[in-house]
Amino acid sequence: MLIKLTGGTVYDPKHEINGEVRDLYIRDGRVIEQPSDSKIDQEYDLSGKVVMAGAIDMHTHIGGGKVNIARMLLPEDHRADPACRSELLRSGCGNAAPSTLTTGYRYAEMGYTAGFEPAMLPINARQAHMEMGDIPILDKGGYVMLGSDDFLLRMMAAKKDQQAINDYVAWTIHSAQAIGVKVVNPGGINAFKFNQRTLDLDEKCAHYGVSPRDILVCLATAVKTLGVNHPLHVHGCNLGVPGNKDTTLNTIRAMDGLPLHLTHIQFHSYGTEGDFKFSSGAAEIAEAVNRNRNISIDVGQIMFKQTVTASGDNMRQFANHHHANPKKWVCMDIECDAGCGVVPFKYRDKNFVNALQWAIGLEIFLLVDDPWRIFLTTDHPNGAPFTSYPHLIRLLMDKSFRRDMLATIHSDAARASTLASIEREYSLYEIAVMTRAGAARILGLSDRGHLGAGAAADITVYTERDDKQKMFEKPDYVFKDGELVVRNGEIVKVTWGTTHVIRPEFDPGIEKSLADYFDRYMTMKLGNFKIHDDEIREDGRGNLTVHPCRIGGPA
Amino acid sequence: MMTETNEAGIFKQVPSPFCGVGTDDLTIKVEDTAIRVIENGCAVNTPAFEQPLGDLKPRVVGKKVELKDAVDKAAEILRSASLPLFGGLATDVNGMRAALSLADKTGAIIDNMNFGAALRNFLVVHDSGWVNTTLAEVKNRADLLLVVGCDLESLFPRFFERYIWTADSMFLDDTGKRQVIYLGKIPSGFASKSPSGKAAKVLACPDADLPQVVAVLRALVKGAPLNITEVGGISITELQRLASQLKKAAYGVVTWAVSALDFPQAELTVQTLCEMIKELNRSTRCSGLPLGGKEGDQTSFQVSGWQTGYPSRVDFSAGFPEYDPYLNSVESRLADGSGDALLWISTFNVEKTPPKTPVRKIVVGRSGMQFDREPEVFIPVGTPGIDHCGHAYRTDNVVAVRLRKLRESALPSCSEVLSAIEQTL
Repeated sequence: MLIKLTGGTVYDPKHEINGEVRDLYIRDGRVIEQPSDSKIDQEYDLSGKVVMAGAIDMHTHIGGGKVNIARMLLPEDHRADPACRSELLRSGCGNAAPSTLTTGYRYAEMGYTAGFEPAMLPINARQAHMEMGDIPILDKGGYVMLGSDDFLLRMMAAKKDQQAINDYVAWTIHSAQAIGVKVVNPGGINAFKFNQRTLDLDEKCAHYGVSPRDILVCLATAVKTLGVNHPLHVHGCNLGVPGNKDTTLNTIRAMDGLPLHLTHIQFHSYGTEGDFKFSSGAAEIAEAVNRNRNISIDVGQIMFKQTVTASGDNMRQFANHHHANPKKWVCMDIECDAGCGVVPFKYRDKNFVNALQWAIGLEIFLLVDDPWRIFLTTDHPNGAPFTSYPHLIRLLMDKSFRRDMLATIHSDAARASTLASIEREYSLYEIAVMTRAGAARILGLSDRGHLGAGAAADITVYTERDDKQKMFEKPDYVFKDGELVVRNGEIVKVTWGTTHVIRPEFDPGIEKSLADYFDRYMTMKLGNFKIHDDEIREDGRGNLTVHPCRIGGPA
Repeated sequence: MMTETNEAGIFKQVPSPFCGVGTDDLTIKVEDTAIRVIENGCAVNTPAFEQPLGDLKPRVVGKKVELKDAVDKAAEILRSASLPLFGGLATDVNGMRAALSLADKTGAIIDNMNFGAALRNFLVVHDSGWVNTTLAEVKNRADLLLVVGCDLESLFPRFFERYIWTADSMFLDDTGKRQVIYLGKIPSGFASKSPSGKAAKVLACPDADLPQVVAVLRALVKGAPLNITEVGGISITELQRLASQLKKAAYGVVTWAVSALDFPQAELTVQTLCEMIKELNRSTRCSGLPLGGKEGDQTSFQVSGWQTGYPSRVDFSAGFPEYDPYLNSVESRLADGSGDALLWISTFNVEKTPPKTPVRKIVVGRSGMQFDREPEVFIPVGTPGIDHCGHAYRTDNVVAVRLRKLRESALPSCSEVLSAIEQTL
């Protein structure tokens, strides 16, 4: 089957195509060069339409234990947004903690074709994959969480060499079927189990004598050496703590050029100025990001609405539980692996802190120069549900709209922010970088996020409108692997995406010490812990796509 | 995927879907279709694994038929029902996925067989939340275990051996020094006795007094002055000592099993415990450990949770999932006459048969199931973890175990049967 997309205005940053009228050809799920003599089976006239690759959310909590805890915690939230069954679609629920099926449909309806779960605990990875296995249409993948696991901290305390740690990291990536590695509050989740309540960058986990700085350098080195495409994905120390911008700046300095991705950096960009002892550190953070090309970030923008925060960082979630709205929350310690904390939040525009958080996120977006190193996220659902993305895009692309919104928030917060003076408006090209080309590049997805020959035909077509929210809310067409899945913002076909993974090489000798550790301390046998390919494939719709490691790493 | 096995048909490190605590060190011998647990069995797992294979053929009104005919009949029953009820829901992840898909399509109500008890926990989660832990944390960190209102060893025979009196623990020098305290029910045996012979401390009281006793304990933890000398037959001095122990423990764990808290408004007692645990965490660490996970209940709640947002008792008849933890029970929908067909799913335990009801019945059950009254359709299916691979959740909610196929029985899986019914509709 040969499909021709005719005359669309194409934004394909990987190939530096910035709004040029082009024809695209799709065969067998792939974008191909113009065929010389083949018959076109289907043609879409896209004249006047905007064409981009399918969008990729590189940080969204869509699967795994804490997401399901969030669902169980909030029946009233689901009741406010029931999703009806149709001939084609399964029923479910939306809002802050949507059902898996509804998650897939709503992402696709906004033109997204992939989403990555950033906090996959090794012991809970099986669940994350099972939940993601029930998310239709989207491709997915996960970053496996390390850094508070006792096995790593024991290795570090015993001063094991970096090579052994690399082997363990690679083994964990394999066992958990991951595409990247994340660290959350490095060492902090572990320290909380020993009743430590804070852990700054150079504070030591009392039991192990290891600091977050040590852990970050150790894991970032492992990730780089192994050739994992995605830099170590870091949820830093001191999330939400006023003054944490200094921790973030020190974290950047500590890396000394090692690649690092600082996630939901908005929550880590706070100063202590002003009457409320809470101020924006966005300018300093953005400057540091601009200056250090080894650093990439996603923002974790907040929006003024009900949501739920679900994080591996139970040390900080416990500290923040007083803000729970409604007043209920869950914290867990998990299997000597990590933990989680789930706290519902209602961010309010008339609350000084919330209002300034909103402004800080936008300041960061607008002050960071390089769209290839900043990604559009709300840290779904922590800052806001992913369904807020079209609104967020409008805030970035439309300064008069942004100023109108700024006029509605807590006036002291508005005054404390530099947002009013920022003239920048994102272009469609920059949006395409941030949500497509850049996201694919930083994950090492060579055939996604672009429209060149050989790319998977994940393609989104919009009608350009002045109101960018309306434009991005409802694409005209979405193709997933060459199949039309959305027309006029509605699902017309349900397909099932693949799971993206990476498999760095390691010395299998590491399994000897792991088997002993599992036998002595864990509650599961090593062999039962590892997730086998057939667990993802056996339902007949799941699949795995293995990406090569970065050149420079092992083959 | 078959577990690696030697020529004698010996399977090692076999995970169990039956015990709820994720035992995965069983050694099992399979001869033809007969299964014997030869190492690490227990009173729960051994009989569940060794249950002989029964009927392989489905039946319609008691007559053996081909699978296709049974599936057609089941589809006919569901098609003609105005409100089908799906009860039991004791199956693996794929079985539950298929059940939810079929329920969505037929506008059914789903209700897990253990949800009445589990609701005592879920109401607490919906209302105030909790601070919990998992089994490996218990094994490596717990210096105090408070068992509230249950006889742990009869429900979970290997709990103490696997998680408390362990040879190794990362953070305790001597696991034998862990303090074990029972509040409420008295232990039926000696599993809670430490290897050096130290018996668990028991503060016994009748179940009916547990709400008061737990409320008093919480008050003492908070330091509230109390003008009484005893509650439920337990002296305040003893409870005060317990409160101090909880505060002094580095990593206390409070465990309960909702199936054993069988008294009115037991959720309030669970909530009091959970709020007490939260309060203890202001100064030290303390966590809850709710125990359950049998008959695949945790599996069913998890899958329902991610596909619908709700753990169970979901009504699909309006075209979207509606949760009502009371009205949507199979029991009440049979009693009020609104449910007019019952699909009963029970793949782990032949004893867990459907409730007595005059409505048309389909049973998708473990081979070997016997009935007082033959259901209109009975489709024997394989047991997850014996006849086919699958996934089952442990009680601590985080860990799903990969179940293995141990024998060739020719039985279809629950998920295959339910999908076939959905295809036929």
